[in-house]
Amino acid sequence: MKLTLNKFHVQDIQFAEASSFCSGVLYINKAELAEYLMEDTNICSVDFDIARPGESVRIVPIKDVVQPRFKQSGSGQVFPGFVGDVETVGNGETNVLEDCAVATSGKIVAFQEGIIDMSGPGAEFNSFSKMNILVPLIYPVEGLDKHTHEATVRIAGLKTAAYMAKTTLGLEPDEKEVFEHESILEMGQKYPHLPKVVYVDMVQCQGLMHDTYVYGLNVKGILSTMIGPLEVLDGAIISGNCAAPGHKNATIHHENNPIILDLLRRHGKELCFVGVLLSNESAMLKEKKRAAYYTSSLSQLLGVDGVIVSEEGGGNPETDLMFNCRLHENKGIKTVLVTDEYCGRDGASQGLADVTPEADAVVTNGNGNQFVVLPKMERVIGDIETVRIITGGNVDSIGEDGTVSVEIAAIMGSCCEMGYEHMTTRLR
Amino acid sequence: MKRIVHYLNQFYGQIGGEEFADQEPILREGIVGPGTGLQAVLGEKAEIVATIICGDNYFADHQEDALETILTMTEGLAPDMFIAGPGFNAGRYGLACATICAEVKKRLSIPVLTALYPENPGAEMFCSKIYIVETSISAAGMRQALPVMGTLAEKLLEGGEIGFPEEEGYIAQGFRVNVHTKKNGAERAVDMMIKKLRGEPYVTELPMPVFDRVKPAPAVKDMAHARIALITSGGIVPQGNPDHIPSANAGIYGIYDIENLDRLTSEGFMTVHGGYDPVYATEDPNRVLPLDVCREIERDGGIGELYGRYYSTVGNTTAVSSAKRFAEEIAQDMIRNEVQAAILTSN
Repeated sequence: MKLTLNKFHVQDIQFAEASSFCSGVLYINKAELAEYLMEDTNICSVDFDIARPGESVRIVPIKDVVQPRFKQSGSGQVFPGFVGDVETVGNGETNVLEDCAVATSGKIVAFQEGIIDMSGPGAEFNSFSKMNILVPLIYPVEGLDKHTHEATVRIAGLKTAAYMAKTTLGLEPDEKEVFEHESILEMGQKYPHLPKVVYVDMVQCQGLMHDTYVYGLNVKGILSTMIGPLEVLDGAIISGNCAAPGHKNATIHHENNPIILDLLRRHGKELCFVGVLLSNESAMLKEKKRAAYYTSSLSQLLGVDGVIVSEEGGGNPETDLMFNCRLHENKGIKTVLVTDEYCGRDGASQGLADVTPEADAVVTNGNGNQFVVLPKMERVIGDIETVRIITGGNVDSIGEDGTVSVEIAAIMGSCCEMGYEHMTTRLR
Repeated sequence: MKRIVHYLNQFYGQIGGEEFADQEPILREGIVGPGTGLQAVLGEKAEIVATIICGDNYFADHQEDALETILTMTEGLAPDMFIAGPGFNAGRYGLACATICAEVKKRLSIPVLTALYPENPGAEMFCSKIYIVETSISAAGMRQALPVMGTLAEKLLEGGEIGFPEEEGYIAQGFRVNVHTKKNGAERAVDMMIKKLRGEPYVTELPMPVFDRVKPAPAVKDMAHARIALITSGGIVPQGNPDHIPSANAGIYGIYDIENLDRLTSEGFMTVHGGYDPVYATEDPNRVLPLDVCREIERDGGIGELYGRYYSTVGNTTAVSSAKRFAEEIAQDMIRNEVQAAILTSN
């Protein structure tokens, strides 16, 4: 399998009469895009706003962040099951808008939507602040229940992303990156002496708006399964998760899963990247055990030497993480875990909800309890008042001078447990 | 030049061995014993103006008096900094060094420094409060310890930023802080994977924390006469959230009246928990705090009575230190109110 990412670097987004991509500028026809989104009759009205890197802008509340992609060639279409049909993706060429994102806004769960600051100290905590962001502000029809509201906003975000990237069809990209991935039998013959590594992507599907979709299917309750890494890059995995913003795996994280990307880049050189196993984080103990047992059995069937396991969310998912670690290590498969921690504002508390002695190789992406004071911004996209109730905020979060005091768990993707950002903790 | 007061025990203070361990604190002008090496390291930047010497047993047996005398002596010298030891793995001496440093820091608000072996009880008790340079187990490590102490002392005197333990040589104080890295977390994970597979050394970024284990209390023998309380970490509070309990990492809990209620209504109660879908708890708060069924059991005689108030907080990215404090306070409050057992519900 071979997938080429045609990368177009976006330097600016502007509203215009016609949607197009020209010389690094993405032009968007608001009315046309609005019409496309309002095919969904649950949307009463929609507006758009733009946030650019370095601007004095705060976006809040944000539900999901999506990177615009659209297929230039190959089978299927991006975000299969939502934008595309359920046809297999992950081959041919996919056009990608780099340095660009869609951030869907709107109060849904209210507690679990996050902040992006485009400048100032808050901008240090995620990569999104360095991107040109289109924000669809989606207003649902009156009386829409929260669960349908979530689905409406989720799908609108994906459609917006596809619409944006479609403007690059037929254009010459700024750069291309080619990923190749063989069948398992083939790679076994090709790289007999390289260590075999599988990636266990723990997806959080617990129902009640903690859900992840694969080819449009909510994978809550599935037995652990396998997926090709190139399919993930075409948006086969979608976030429907309303967990804490600092460590939910947003759709952009799935599309750019940094563990998959790094393993693909080192495939055939330092290691042999066998593939991706999806292990569901359920809320129930029995299901957590079943997922970990089943995942470790798959790893054993594949005959791998090592496994990297990433987490989504925190608290009870630490049990899934530790089960996966223990069961793999017990089978002689070397395990590395990727997580974050909540060790209090002073960093002195125990930062995980569950542990196991086998977890001796762990990457942490930061302490979500770190307290930060973010300066007032000239412009807020969304509703600043929600800061008082989101995870990481509290009723006193908005100062009289307009400053916002929160724990970084409130900042979108700050402690991403796929290792998307450049942060860790150190003991002092 | 900055002024330093140095503390030593009877042995390093050149008074004598164990037979002089009852020596009361005495003040010597200038440098004594290891102070010579320390002064050499400090050079022109600071001067050890005086040395306080106290016997190990005297300090252990008369801690309060000894501390008072040593503090008074120190205050009179108006130093810019206080240094004790190194105490290596000497139990009584090490504990004295750390105890005195912590007290000087607290009362005189000047920088303090000592140097101990990490397993010295003084290090274990005080490393989170003061800087303690890590030494070897015995005085054989004096020559290695003094330059590290000198460099850290200079930084503390200048008020400069103190780096991480492995850079500065002090025993970790136990605070995990966020730092930015060159490689992203995924690249670090793959690096670690490759090293682990090759059998090469690697350093985990998160050593597993050690959990406190609480032994459950014995079962209640006579439930029909027991007073039962309700506790929830599911964030059920009276409408309006009167105590402003945050939706995550709550530093507080609330105690609310349910004396005359048969069940919770959505008009009267709400959830402020930020970690779960609030739709169903908003519809019916009894789903998280089961007052309705508890009342039924109470009426049927299954329990003696339900305590008239419930305890509520938010268990969402909440620091264990906060949770532990809530538990201690809530347990005390329940004992005061003759509650025999509690039902804890999460979400």
